[in-house]
Amino acid sequence: MNFIYHRSILSLLSISFFLALWYGLALYLNAETLPTPLTVAKVLITEIQSGQLSHHLRKTLYRLSISFGIAMLLGCAIGILLGRHPKLDTFFDNWLVIFLNIPALVTIILCYVWFGLTETAAILAVVINKLPNVIVTIREGTRALDTELLDMAKCYRFSKSKTLRHVIWPQLHPFVMAATRSGLALIWKIVLVVEMLGRSDGMGYQLHLFFQLFDVASILAYTIAFVTLIQGIELLILKPLDKHAQRWRR
Amino acid sequence: MNNLTINITDKSYINPTDKTSKRVIKDLQLNLVNNEFVCLVGSSGCGKTTLLNILAGLDAKFSGNISLGKSQKAPKVGYVFQNPRLLPWRTVQENIELASETKIETLDFLLESMGLATEKNTFPAHLSLGMSRRVSIIRAFAMDPDLLLMDEPFVSLDPPTARQAQQLLIDLWSKRPHKVLFVTHDLREAITLADRLIFLNSNPMSVISEITVSIPRNERLEEAKIEQFRQQLFIDYPEITALL
Repeated sequence: MNFIYHRSILSLLSISFFLALWYGLALYLNAETLPTPLTVAKVLITEIQSGQLSHHLRKTLYRLSISFGIAMLLGCAIGILLGRHPKLDTFFDNWLVIFLNIPALVTIILCYVWFGLTETAAILAVVINKLPNVIVTIREGTRALDTELLDMAKCYRFSKSKTLRHVIWPQLHPFVMAATRSGLALIWKIVLVVEMLGRSDGMGYQLHLFFQLFDVASILAYTIAFVTLIQGIELLILKPLDKHAQRWRR
Repeated sequence: MNNLTINITDKSYINPTDKTSKRVIKDLQLNLVNNEFVCLVGSSGCGKTTLLNILAGLDAKFSGNISLGKSQKAPKVGYVFQNPRLLPWRTVQENIELASETKIETLDFLLESMGLATEKNTFPAHLSLGMSRRVSIIRAFAMDPDLLLMDEPFVSLDPPTARQAQQLLIDLWSKRPHKVLFVTHDLREAITLADRLIFLNSNPMSVISEITVSIPRNERLEEAKIEQFRQQLFIDYPEITALL
């Protein structure tokens, strides 16, 4: 209890210190390019009240969740397949290396060129960027599966779905969580670029607009909103999921 | 009653580095009748685990055949591995229920007879090795197998715990008899548990002698009787001395 108390005090202190530092620096520089936290807060409130922020945030969140969902689902399926079948793995390994090394910007541009400036092209571009990472992580996890437990499942005649759910999936869980965390961090950055290049709404579009207007306060306000949202996902969804799945550990 | 007939003409491993083939089992014939408890005794590395894996259907790369009397379908095989191989992320009860659709009364009865009634909802990480082994024995019994394979399930337990586990196993087996193939290299353990002992030679594996244990089951708690039988074995069958 005491420990938790100390921790929350400490993190409160650290955030206050960060804000104070920012405030001091802004006052000292007194420049258009670094507004004070107070100015940014005011902009944030106006944007929230006008509904602008939530509109664009929702658009971005929508693209984020769709592309994230597709990338994770496909990535897990392909990753497990490659991890379980060495021949397939050898065949597709080069493809993976190629896709891993194509710059995100290239995929985005090509998707827009080939499929037009559409929502599908935008989501496809994000998925293609994220997919190889998920596949590689899950493939490593599948290769590390405990063969003794798989033999046990075979001997006791577990069905395929039972084996997947009770033997394979719990072992892959840490790898899936790793792919989720790194994926979320990667995807939202790519989504912004995708929106900046070819969409007329979303955070990326707005940031681009503010950049052209040189409106740093708005850029910071949107950034704060976005970071808070991502932290919220981590705290409210990922952490509890993790805790539930890890309850069997000593 | 179905009899189990094992007839393995050849089982070889190929060394992946130099591609040489090593024969582990050659012309091995074993028969199990009724609900017999048979102990396989042999030095370590003689291929006992390989034999059990073949019987469990985990290793299909061998020549020969295994049949369980007239029954057409593949026999149900319960396997108690050397490591308990419980799913760490499932509770004791879930581990047992996943392996067989056990009725809850049966499950309670089995847990009770193995002294684990209070551990139903415990995760395996919180069990001692002895307890985990008992859970894996329950898992095997719960599926009501045609054949029960046990691969040194009590190795590395301290002697009192091992004795207790042996006793629990025999109690349970007397209540729910099955054909059992029990691998061990502890002759005392084998004499305590088995109806029949089969001594195995290595490189390649073959049967040296088959001996029926004549001590009545209710007298096997007396260590002097076991010891006496053991000493007599060495005199009557000098060829087994080298194995132990």
